[in-house]
Amino acid sequence: MSKAADRARPDDVDERGRRRNAAKRARALMEKKANAMPVVEAPDGPRQVRVVEAELVDPAPHGGIAEVFQQRYLLKLIVQRQLAQMYAASVLGLLWSYIQPAMRFGVYFFVFGVVLKSHGGNTPNFALHLFAGMVFVHYFSETWSSGTRSVRQNRALLLKMRMPREIFPVASMVTAMYHTGPQILILLVICLIVGWGVSFTSIAAGLLGLAILLTFAMAMALFFSALNVYYKDFQNIVATFTQFLHFMVPMMYPYSTIARLQDNHPWIYQLYMANPLAESVLLMQRFFWYPTVTDTTKAPLSDHFPPDLWERGLIMLAITSLMLFGAQKFFSRLEPKFPERL
Amino acid sequence: MTESIVVHNVTKDFTLQYQRGLKQMAVARARGLTIKENFKAINDVSFTVEQGESIGLMGLNGSGKSTLLKLINGVMQPDAGTIRTRGRIAGLIATGAGFHPQLSGRDNLFLNGAILGMSEKEIKSKFDSIVDFAEIGNFLDTPVSHYSSGMYARLGFAIAIHVDADIFLADEVLAVGDRPFKKKCVTKMQEIRQAGTTIFYVSHATASVRAMCDRVLVLESGHLNFDGDVEEGIRYLQYDDDADDIAKKGTTDEELGADI
Repeated sequence: MSKAADRARPDDVDERGRRRNAAKRARALMEKKANAMPVVEAPDGPRQVRVVEAELVDPAPHGGIAEVFQQRYLLKLIVQRQLAQMYAASVLGLLWSYIQPAMRFGVYFFVFGVVLKSHGGNTPNFALHLFAGMVFVHYFSETWSSGTRSVRQNRALLLKMRMPREIFPVASMVTAMYHTGPQILILLVICLIVGWGVSFTSIAAGLLGLAILLTFAMAMALFFSALNVYYKDFQNIVATFTQFLHFMVPMMYPYSTIARLQDNHPWIYQLYMANPLAESVLLMQRFFWYPTVTDTTKAPLSDHFPPDLWERGLIMLAITSLMLFGAQKFFSRLEPKFPERL
Repeated sequence: MTESIVVHNVTKDFTLQYQRGLKQMAVARARGLTIKENFKAINDVSFTVEQGESIGLMGLNGSGKSTLLKLINGVMQPDAGTIRTRGRIAGLIATGAGFHPQLSGRDNLFLNGAILGMSEKEIKSKFDSIVDFAEIGNFLDTPVSHYSSGMYARLGFAIAIHVDADIFLADEVLAVGDRPFKKKCVTKMQEIRQAGTTIFYVSHATASVRAMCDRVLVLESGHLNFDGDVEEGIRYLQYDDDADDIAKKGTTDEELGADI
């Protein structure tokens, strides 16, 4: 090409020049690497034939939560990793997960039980009433908030090899169980000391409450962990919400306080009761706290539980199961874009 | 012969987002700037690999080699087309990625092994051999944050190569590490190649590719432009080589020095 033509089309020349330079650099790099890389000739003898029994499959994970439970060993290691990460360079370590709730319990008990007397005098064993709620609210908020952060936090693992990505929110849920387990134990011991008994009704309530809690917590963790990959704002939003959760369930005050709202603000009552966590806490209190109450005339059942406790419970379980299903669908839809978003 | 990897008309889009945050996005919109742009990292690529074949994947930086490997090992999913693989995949896409700095080498070994699909029993049975290969000796119980980058890479490679995989992917893993270790790695890769494992080897080192591979794929800005014999592939890569460059060789090497 003549010089005149060169000047006439500077863009073209620029493009070609850049291309040539890039090629030149790569070639030089290649030469350098060719020398840097030791060459080992293939060993003698015929190549073996490896027979692979498996089918041709899509390498990307599609199993969802179900696949997580097939890989329990990996789940266990990821939980251990999360625990190690949490308590790295801390002297008290795991104890922190108990000190914080213990102090919060102390403050709530003092403020609501002693100063404000929000139990209205008709809630015997108020401390148990409060504690039974707090343990499960704590479990929920920890699963939710650490589950929301989990996928982002484990980006290095996620980008390394394929695995069901749901494993991270699930691991957060298991980690939260580590922290809540001993609290439940303490709760049980106190119940037994005060005088506790079980009946079929209370066991059914406990199981139903637990089922609602687990499905709801998992659904929320799954849903928000996917959203948080796209917009990190969600972990702050979740952190803000978890601050209010303690006040949104009947544990610092008896159910009757909320029931009274029905007269003037029926929709506030309905809104309050639509919270799966509130329903779950009520059922848990039915299991832990109510059997310790001896003088039932002072604390009638209707004062502490809604008349339609069971119907609501079953409907709520159906709703939270549906939410979990929806959250899984949502997660699977966003998941293919995770690697490039992280 | 059985098919090991089948890639069919695969395309992978990436979104380049220029503006982030509400404020920036609003400002960009007001000024009429582009907010995001798509580009195809992999563009309509198809090929089939038989079990036991050893493939050298070559191309300039940014031509989509790593993306292709990530698609094959399932970390990424194609936007169009299908990928099918047979059997267990192992390998290193990024050296030592996924090591947790606060955990000891031992804990990281177990975690990484599990990520690569090994069971607890399998890892335990191969534990000594992995530690031996990695040459980390008594650093095993030290947090990996105290490791030198060479040790980091050695441990990562040692774990990956000990997975009894049907497909092994190696993406410039060997760039780190000293010469004796590199040699050891390449020898080990020749061994697994001999045992019939499918190998995907990304490298710029022509001599090494020549010794290691049966077939070369060349990617150029997302297009698979060459698929075939190793020698031809290497020659193809130097397509616009001209006398001019050879004359100016001294300067190119200097340029290179600044590049590395």
